[in-house]
Amino acid sequence: MKIKTIRRSADDYVPVKSTQESQLPRNLDPELHPFERAREYTKALNATKLERVFAKPFVGQLGYGHRDGVYVIAKDYHDLNKVASGSGDGVIKYWNMSSRDEICSFKAHYGLITGLCVSPQRSPLNRDQHFMLSCGDDKTVKLWSMNGDDFANVKDDQNLNSQDGLLKTFYGEHAFQGIDHHKVKTTFVTGGPTIQLWDTARSKPLSNLSWGADNITSVKFNQTETDILASTGSDNSIVLYDVRTNSPTQKIVQRLRTNAICWNPMEAFNFVTANEDHNAYYYDMRNMSRALNVFKDHVSAVMDVDFAPTGDEIVTGSYDKTIRIFKTNHGHSREIYHTKRMQHVFQTKYSMDSKYIISGSDDANVRLWRAKAWERSNVKTTREKNKLEYDEKLKERFKYMPEIKRISRHRHAPKVVKKAQEIKQIELSSLKRRETNERRTRKDMPFVSERRKQIVGTVFDYEGKPKKLKRNNEEEFDGED
Amino acid sequence: MPPNRKVKDNQGKYERSTGGNVNKPKKQTRDKKLRAGMKKIDDQYKEAVSAAAATQYLLPESAGYLEAEDEMEKTFKVKQDEIKEGVDVGTANKALDLSLKEFGPYHINYSRNGTSLLIAGRKGHIASMDWRKGDLRAELNVNETCHGATYLQNDQFFAVAQKKYTFIYDHEGVELHRLKQHIEARHLQFLPYHYLLATAGETGWLKYQDVSTGQLVSELRTKLGPTTAMTQNPWNAIMHLGHSNGTVTLWSPSMPQPLVKLLSARGPITSVAIDRAGYNMVTTGADKSMKIWDIRNFKELHVANLPTPASNISISDTGLVAVSRGPHVTIWNNALKAGFENRPFFGSMGQNNRNTPYMSHLIPGNKINNMQFVPFEDLLGTGHNDGVTNLIIPGAGEANYDALEINPFETTKQRQEQEVRTLLNKLPADTITLDPNVIGTIEKNASSRRLTAKDLAEISNASLDKAKFNKDIPKIQPDVKGKNSGLRSFLRKKTRNVIDERKVRVQRQMEKEKNTRKRNHQIKEGHITEDHKDLVDEALERFS
Repeated sequence: MKIKTIRRSADDYVPVKSTQESQLPRNLDPELHPFERAREYTKALNATKLERVFAKPFVGQLGYGHRDGVYVIAKDYHDLNKVASGSGDGVIKYWNMSSRDEICSFKAHYGLITGLCVSPQRSPLNRDQHFMLSCGDDKTVKLWSMNGDDFANVKDDQNLNSQDGLLKTFYGEHAFQGIDHHKVKTTFVTGGPTIQLWDTARSKPLSNLSWGADNITSVKFNQTETDILASTGSDNSIVLYDVRTNSPTQKIVQRLRTNAICWNPMEAFNFVTANEDHNAYYYDMRNMSRALNVFKDHVSAVMDVDFAPTGDEIVTGSYDKTIRIFKTNHGHSREIYHTKRMQHVFQTKYSMDSKYIISGSDDANVRLWRAKAWERSNVKTTREKNKLEYDEKLKERFKYMPEIKRISRHRHAPKVVKKAQEIKQIELSSLKRRETNERRTRKDMPFVSERRKQIVGTVFDYEGKPKKLKRNNEEEFDGED
Repeated sequence: MPPNRKVKDNQGKYERSTGGNVNKPKKQTRDKKLRAGMKKIDDQYKEAVSAAAATQYLLPESAGYLEAEDEMEKTFKVKQDEIKEGVDVGTANKALDLSLKEFGPYHINYSRNGTSLLIAGRKGHIASMDWRKGDLRAELNVNETCHGATYLQNDQFFAVAQKKYTFIYDHEGVELHRLKQHIEARHLQFLPYHYLLATAGETGWLKYQDVSTGQLVSELRTKLGPTTAMTQNPWNAIMHLGHSNGTVTLWSPSMPQPLVKLLSARGPITSVAIDRAGYNMVTTGADKSMKIWDIRNFKELHVANLPTPASNISISDTGLVAVSRGPHVTIWNNALKAGFENRPFFGSMGQNNRNTPYMSHLIPGNKINNMQFVPFEDLLGTGHNDGVTNLIIPGAGEANYDALEINPFETTKQRQEQEVRTLLNKLPADTITLDPNVIGTIEKNASSRRLTAKDLAEISNASLDKAKFNKDIPKIQPDVKGKNSGLRSFLRKKTRNVIDERKVRVQRQMEKEKNTRKRNHQIKEGHITEDHKDLVDEALERFS
């Protein structure tokens, strides 16, 4: 007769010393783990509740802010914790985001600063040397050197700073609106009554890119496909240019004006626009006859939009005094940020690590927000990290469960916004009702999809492509309308 | 499938029955992103199953066994003394034998990790001990009848069903609560993941008490007289009650009626047991029968006839079935599997395809009151008239425990942390259902569900039919006198100056109603006969 029984030696399982870790053998047999799914759901529910408990989006304001509304913010593509902001009284401030202090502050222009950009270029002699370009209503573009000690002597930012850090002044024939620097070349572009291409080495513009005769309100270089440039005009148009051929390439006209534009940093052919009609639109530059997505939720004009460096989220700031964060594949916002004191938001920018958001508003403050309201950037232990990752996965897995969905979607919106949403809802539904009524009597009325509604006209007939080519295109963009 | 992932032969054990229906052919969706996403999920599932199966080779312990070396040897003939000689000293020492002749018969209960033993003598003697160290934690005599006792979430608390009420004591034996709603309980069960104490007994009520909040979650009236047997299904936390009319009923705290009722014996049910995977149930009745059920589809697997009625039944983690009849304990192996060759028999009767007992034991002149397999050990604990005895049953226990689930070697700190963790993940009482994995699945009957084309067609057809068969307007009632016919009031409700298709139909119906009424009247007066036909009218009919 052969006999064997289970014999666990306590020496193998119980630690000898109190400092030793005790043995934790695992057995993944499902029979030893009853209620697997139900327990995971409970954990997911708890994790979702904790997420809401820890949701504290506001980090703080930078320094003591400006003395006038902040209308331009420029992020530094190379420096993670630096950001520049310009205000209505012509003062530029350069900020250190980690200490939330200003590095320097000086008056750059008479009157409003209308464009600001930190040049992606570095001085070939000194890698730490930054350049910054600013333009204003005073018909000048100024090139600044942004070494911290350049402005050490500037004690007073009430009077125009004309020597410290100022490398060069470009004189134009009109007030400028919007400026952006090429990523690798030394050229930059300015908006205004005409759109002009400049070189930092020359004092006169290289060329005039204007198509039609209208004010250009903002310009933006593509950071990946570096010679492509997009501009928005006060004739409600969006125009794309190619700097290599020195000419505009495409143009669409929308119902209302576009306030800002931002290229997707990961998918270079896509860009998002902030429109006056309360929406942001996501376009593909290869087929601009329709938007890839429409981001709805704001109740007033969207003033600025910026892509997260990961390319899957955008942040929008609006005249309704709120900031919203959207996922690019989802039409409604995942987050709304607001404070009692924040006025009309004119600028929103993602930080280069996609963890923070900088906003500039009418109330002269530059605010710093978390991109994920519940996330903290402190150093975490491995256990903590594992727990957070596990929770993230669980939340993802059970996100469609009604209770979890309800808790994770719950946000407090200001009363004004709430009220405006209700009114807007009524307006939209009555428009829709009217349209369906009209459609009932008019059989020939064409159906216009929500993604084409805002477009008044395109220069190119995108539909008129050969069929074969179109099918290829569709394969690349799955999920279009 | 990536080339580095091999299908392992033990993978079936790690497949989830409902979660991953990966191998089923699925309807291909046209949406590429969705298809890619679903493929990713399927691949992750396969990867997880494969990885889990791979860890089986790393398990540190192997299960015990008792094997005959030739044809003539029979494992059921081996006596406990012989086993004790054959095994190592550590195991032999675990064959506890407490001689407590005064307050018996004894009810025993091992804590979930098997380290603590709770005994309750019928005459009021209650003791909680660390049985391996011989460390007595609490001992008290309550001077009244005790029918059952169970540990709660760990060995720090235990509940005892006494003469009238059920009491909760702490690890030192201090009375914490008297559960005055649990009257004359005879059976206690604790659901560890829901923190529910379920009691049933003489009153025929099944009551659930949440021991973390103290609330009485649910009271269910069985309407079947005193409950004779009770057990929980560890897989889905459903309570199985045995009754004196031979039925077994399945209960969930959220349902006032039993989920399932099945007739399992022709006399009172004496005991019910369920295996840990929730596949099989074994019941014994006073009619000397023992039935093995597959409770996934409620089919009978085996029926065995016993020489005398069995009093207790217990199933081990490895699927051994132990049955006690008076002084006898008989254990079968493989009895939970289907097929005639697995049907339990007492003797081979000269055949060689009979499932004869794996082991048997006799405590002469005694009666076994209660049995429980010791978790993670090759032991069967028995409580009887003269105390408590542990029988060594090789191959009864789960060899490899999962320390993050139940840890037999846990320290005080670990026990405390585990308690907090389980409290945080406590499952709500109303989630107890027959299928524990129903949570997170799609409800097919929900009102918010998107309708299919077929459903929509049915709905629109139904509304079209309504107009077709005049179901949207009142019926003709020619017999009704008085001025207010249904049609007339219907017309009044409609706006006067709007003439639509429905109104025209109503007017036509009204005309018809009027004519029928007139005709009825004429028949009654005797002006015309029943089968009178107005030939002029009929001739002119074609022009109307």
